[in-house]
Amino acid sequence: MNSAVFAPWEDPQAKPLIQFQNVSKRFGDFTAIDTLSLDIFEREFFALLGPSGCGKTTMMRMLAGFETPTEGHILLGGQDIDPIPPNKRAVNMMFQSYALFPHLSVWENIAFGLRRDNMPKPDLTARVEEMLRLTRLEQFARRKPHQISGGQRQRVALARSLAKAPKLLLLDEPLGALDKKLRQDTQFELMDIQEKTGTTFVIVTHDQEEAMTVASRVAVMDQGKLMQVATPDRIYENPNSVYVADFIGDVNIISGRATSSAEETYSIEWAEGQAPLTATSATAFSAGQSCHLAIRPEKVTISSERPADAANAIQGKVHDIAYLGNLSTYHVELPDGTIIKAQTANTRRISRRSFTWEDPVWLSWTATAAVLLAA
Amino acid sequence: MNRLSWFNVVSLTLGFAFLYIPMIILIIFSFNESKLVTVWAGFSTKWYGELVQNEAFLNAAWVTIRVAVFSSTLATILGTAAAYVLVRGGRFFGRTLFSGMIYAPLVMPEVITGLSLLLLFIGIGLDRGIVTIVLAHTTFSMCYVSVVVSSRLVTFDQSLEEAALDLGCSAAQAFRLVTLPIIAPAVISGWLLAFTLSLDDLVIASFTSGPSATTLPIKIFSAVRLGVSPEINALSTIMIAVVTVGVIAASLVSKRAAVRRRLEEQTAARTE
Repeated sequence: MNSAVFAPWEDPQAKPLIQFQNVSKRFGDFTAIDTLSLDIFEREFFALLGPSGCGKTTMMRMLAGFETPTEGHILLGGQDIDPIPPNKRAVNMMFQSYALFPHLSVWENIAFGLRRDNMPKPDLTARVEEMLRLTRLEQFARRKPHQISGGQRQRVALARSLAKAPKLLLLDEPLGALDKKLRQDTQFELMDIQEKTGTTFVIVTHDQEEAMTVASRVAVMDQGKLMQVATPDRIYENPNSVYVADFIGDVNIISGRATSSAEETYSIEWAEGQAPLTATSATAFSAGQSCHLAIRPEKVTISSERPADAANAIQGKVHDIAYLGNLSTYHVELPDGTIIKAQTANTRRISRRSFTWEDPVWLSWTATAAVLLAA
Repeated sequence: MNRLSWFNVVSLTLGFAFLYIPMIILIIFSFNESKLVTVWAGFSTKWYGELVQNEAFLNAAWVTIRVAVFSSTLATILGTAAAYVLVRGGRFFGRTLFSGMIYAPLVMPEVITGLSLLLLFIGIGLDRGIVTIVLAHTTFSMCYVSVVVSSRLVTFDQSLEEAALDLGCSAAQAFRLVTLPIIAPAVISGWLLAFTLSLDDLVIASFTSGPSATTLPIKIFSAVRLGVSPEINALSTIMIAVVTVGVIAASLVSKRAAVRRRLEEQTAARTE
């Protein structure tokens, strides 16, 4: 393993900064978090990803101290932080609404937390100036929050929460209020600032692209449970369940029965009168076990002739075409009515497009392209 | 521009005539030379001069202002505290009941409030005077303050308080440094409301005042029973003037602030 790669979660010696130990949180009858254990390491940019109501915000509010676990413990640097109130924790939070104090200037907003610590004046001034520089807000220091734009407000919120140099920074949907273009720029800015300050970031988001872009590891959550915790590429390439595969990006799911055909290779019976599909899998499947085959649209090749050496090839006809500018997604209908999506880059002009509606086409992919998942 | 139709002109005229003719008559007769209220005998400001020399009226005015300042301040503190607990106190036992009860004095007939306070003061042996009027006015005006302040607290972004806690404030500091400055406009308008209610009040004050302390409304009311004098008209005109100037000033200030804020927000949005 290359030691230059940042991956403390691979190192059994590494001490986690945050530990969730069998944490449950219930609100009356509703279980928001269900016996969940998780380690987050120092300097990580960790993303909690899930649909609304999956418990990701509750996790964050427990870290900030606004909620306490019903059962289990949360450790920060080895210390149980459950009894510590929010104002005594070395944890700061950036709120979804930014929660900038409207009656204070940008400068005073950033200085707010430092003043509570009775920081000496010269140090305080230096720290605020440093934060203003980091977030490129020097020229707006004297403005009030309503006198600056949305993107600038987002940066003030970030500067304010970073000013106290917390061990852990929590970001609750930090980019949700920005438009798409600004959001993409800000994602890189966030990563840059995280690297410069070396702070551990935990970000809550429902935007999978955002989580994939910024995070060192992503936790996909559903109904108070962790579905998978892994690096963005592993989550995308090797989802451990249909839920994760479906939640992250676009995916085709084909259901069938797996039979081992060679070592770590399975043939999947999926429809009457169709040749079985071939897929590799490190996970063992018993003979005839029902399974799902998950294939990303961009890994499916579309062609007019059957490719000679394809491991998997199915014929169908073009049902629909979604033109996205840089990409086109072809919805191909198979004889049994199943729709398979295939995505291609539009390297040629649209007038030169090879396929159109109702054209018969062949879909093909390699044996390693798909992920075999237990049903 | 939209021209007013004849129907709208008539409605407007009737409505405003209904509202303002009595006051205009009062103002005109305050400048009447004659002692007879209903007979016009030429322009004069002599009644204003006499008013300034009238010790009894001046005393009553002084009592009224002191009562209004003390009671509205007290009512603002109590009303704000009550509103804060009812809006932010979480779901404690009996909260709905308390929320309903805080509004009850708004619909209670003043005579009953006044009478019950009178019985209370007699019961505990408190001599009636400025203190009892202040207490009585605080009692009925604090629920108005509470209504005004809680309507502001309901729309208040609670994450602002959480942000203050997160940045190291204790709960008390968060209230003082963040909540209070933000709800200040509502607290101030609550205070002004309580102040005017106290200035206006006749019924409750007449139950709870004693021989040592008479408020201006009581004084005017008892003077009028002996016959309306031009002096009373002059006094009333002064009160109308004070209120008018106050209302116009307040609305100008808040309108100017709103316009400036909108301009600043537009400028900020353009720099995106």
